[in-house]
Amino acid sequence: MCVTQHFWDFFVSGLANGFVYALIALGYTLVYGVLQLINFAHSEVFMSGGFGGLFVINFAIGSRHPHGLSSVWFVLVGLAAGAVTGGIVAYILERVAYRPLRRRNAPKLAFLISAIGMSYFLYNLAGKEFGRDARTMKPPFTVSPNKPLFTVFGAPVNLYDAVIAVSAIAMLILLDRVVQRTRLGQGIRAVAQDADTAALMGVNIDRVIAQTFILGGLLGGAAGFLFGLGTAGVSYTMGFTPGIKAFTAAVLGGIGNIRGAMLGGLLLGVVENLSSACFGASWVDVVAFYILVLVLLVRPMGLLGERLGRSA
Amino acid sequence: MTLRRVWAWATSLRGRQLWVTLAGALVVDVMTGPSGSLNDPTAGFAGSLLSRRVGIFLLIGFAFWLLVTSRERLAAWSRSWTAAVRPSRWLPSRWYRLAAYGVLLAVAIVLPLVLSPYWQEVAVDQIGVYVLLALGLNVVVGLAGLLDLGYIAFYAIGAYSCAYWTDSLPIHPPFVLNPFATIPFAIAAAMLAGVILGAPTLRLRGDYLAIVTLGFGEIITIYATNLQSVTGGSPGNSRPIPHFSINLFGLHYRWGIDNMPYYYLLLAFVVMVIVFFHNLENSRVGRAWTAIREDEVAAAASGVNTFRYKLLAFAIGASTSGFAGVLFASKIQTITPLSFLLQQSILILVLVIFGGMGSIPGAIVGAAIIQWFPNGLKTYVRKEDLFLYLGALLVVMMIYRPQGLIPSRRRARELALAESGLVEADALTTASRDV
Repeated sequence: MCVTQHFWDFFVSGLANGFVYALIALGYTLVYGVLQLINFAHSEVFMSGGFGGLFVINFAIGSRHPHGLSSVWFVLVGLAAGAVTGGIVAYILERVAYRPLRRRNAPKLAFLISAIGMSYFLYNLAGKEFGRDARTMKPPFTVSPNKPLFTVFGAPVNLYDAVIAVSAIAMLILLDRVVQRTRLGQGIRAVAQDADTAALMGVNIDRVIAQTFILGGLLGGAAGFLFGLGTAGVSYTMGFTPGIKAFTAAVLGGIGNIRGAMLGGLLLGVVENLSSACFGASWVDVVAFYILVLVLLVRPMGLLGERLGRSA
Repeated sequence: MTLRRVWAWATSLRGRQLWVTLAGALVVDVMTGPSGSLNDPTAGFAGSLLSRRVGIFLLIGFAFWLLVTSRERLAAWSRSWTAAVRPSRWLPSRWYRLAAYGVLLAVAIVLPLVLSPYWQEVAVDQIGVYVLLALGLNVVVGLAGLLDLGYIAFYAIGAYSCAYWTDSLPIHPPFVLNPFATIPFAIAAAMLAGVILGAPTLRLRGDYLAIVTLGFGEIITIYATNLQSVTGGSPGNSRPIPHFSINLFGLHYRWGIDNMPYYYLLLAFVVMVIVFFHNLENSRVGRAWTAIREDEVAAAASGVNTFRYKLLAFAIGASTSGFAGVLFASKIQTITPLSFLLQQSILILVLVIFGGMGSIPGAIVGAAIIQWFPNGLKTYVRKEDLFLYLGALLVVMMIYRPQGLIPSRRRARELALAESGLVEADALTTASRDV
């Protein structure tokens, strides 16, 4: 096989991609849980988080060369900036493209179309305002990012991979706790199970939906920052491909299922990276598509099943 | 006390309408304002929000709000325009309609003769081909209520089939055909791709189709770029695709560089497609689509094979797109993967939505207006900002006028009924799984 030689190398770098996919996939899955709709504009939430994180961290670092503990602070600041931007954009998205249609009880088709319109609007706006070339992020570390930090089964783990993994794991655990333990999570789960009944029980549906969008936006925006950090660049079209892949990841794990999205993201990242070793890097983006079609054919409910969503 | 009254007014209907109008004015200000750049990301926002422009836009917005909300007749007009269904006062009889179509056809025949060559080319390359594409997508989105976001992929399949059968690609076909004769092959190839893509997806939720087609539209350009030995890769096909020609029964004609012969060829095809789709809409198939759209469960219970009819609509849309691809390929002669970008699919979707879902005149008028826009306003609007406007247009249409400019009466009624919760108005539910 083509991967035996460097299996763990590809595995580790695939895992780093997978964490980013998992964070984005959660946004799809959360919104799908409460609305049973694919949020086509979620990839633009991710993109805006990338820009938010980039501007803030470039401004904060200035001409300094952060090292040691200050690097950690800068990464946290960038994460927070990306997350907040993503949350704000997701909220605006909900208010503009979803709520007016929900008020009118519009057909699903209308939601999908307005979301795709919003997606095109947002990314072209970013292209217009921030230029159409990729921007680079000032590194918050003085250590060379590609210098291996430690090795796992002989595979080098560099600093970026480690930062992405650590922050993603922290956010995933946090989200899981929020959904399982808090009142907000209870609301989300109630609306996902049966929106009409939840409304009768006194759940403010509009509020829960807006909060769900914001929650997904926070994660997506933070993922945008991590993605920009990893590839050291942010551009207005950066959302599209990771967006489709993250959706694939969400379907793979079972759409509407939060742990499924995490699993699906990691699995997709690894499988994709391993297959790029086999078929060449120019075919990377094709793999996710085949996985999506394959999952729909063989196991449309995903690996872990659609737990949060309706059974229909 | 006064603060509370201000707040009460601001949150009243009129107050909220004012905020929405003003926010819209600001968005339009930013959209039409100067662009930022890599080094100065705030320049665009500052140039449009901190200059005199913003005052002008806010004033226009305020005036618009004042006009629409304070004049009762204008308010009534704006309500009727944005309501889901407009009571139609004038119901044209069959003969009137036929006469109207005759007049339109006459205009379509004569009008391009008086246009400048530039506009003649626009009429063929941008309007004619896209009318055909919009008519095909109208079947998928408008009639069957499905969302196809990778529509351009079938166009690419049609174009590359034409290139293959005319021996213009690096690989050689078993026999070489005239471009006209490639049409059935291209249609078959596009239809086959549509069925392969639709079959696994349409059994599930309809909204999965949207994302699968989105992915398909993206990977088709990857294939066209990467498979250099088959498609010629990014530079395009190796030998130019021949123009159309007729060589039958002593009749010889070659379509050349001039645009007008293509225009009339396209017009003939468009008329044929319109007649076909019009009859299809009023046939058993069209009624099945209507039934699926309005209530998929009820349709399935009444014996409509919902999966098969959805797949049929998807395949018909795909084959129309493939057909248009042949016309495009033979006229333009060189096709590259860049001719089939995903945003073209979105553009065609905008044409259909703007014109009116499920409405054939809507698809034509939508294509004509939207495709005129970038060429007509070229001096005011930067080309790269086109999709900024189109995206905004999609959102605004969905919020204020989902039925489109020239709504199909049935479709507009469905959208209105959907809002009262009576029908579904799309085919994105799950009924077909258990049938």
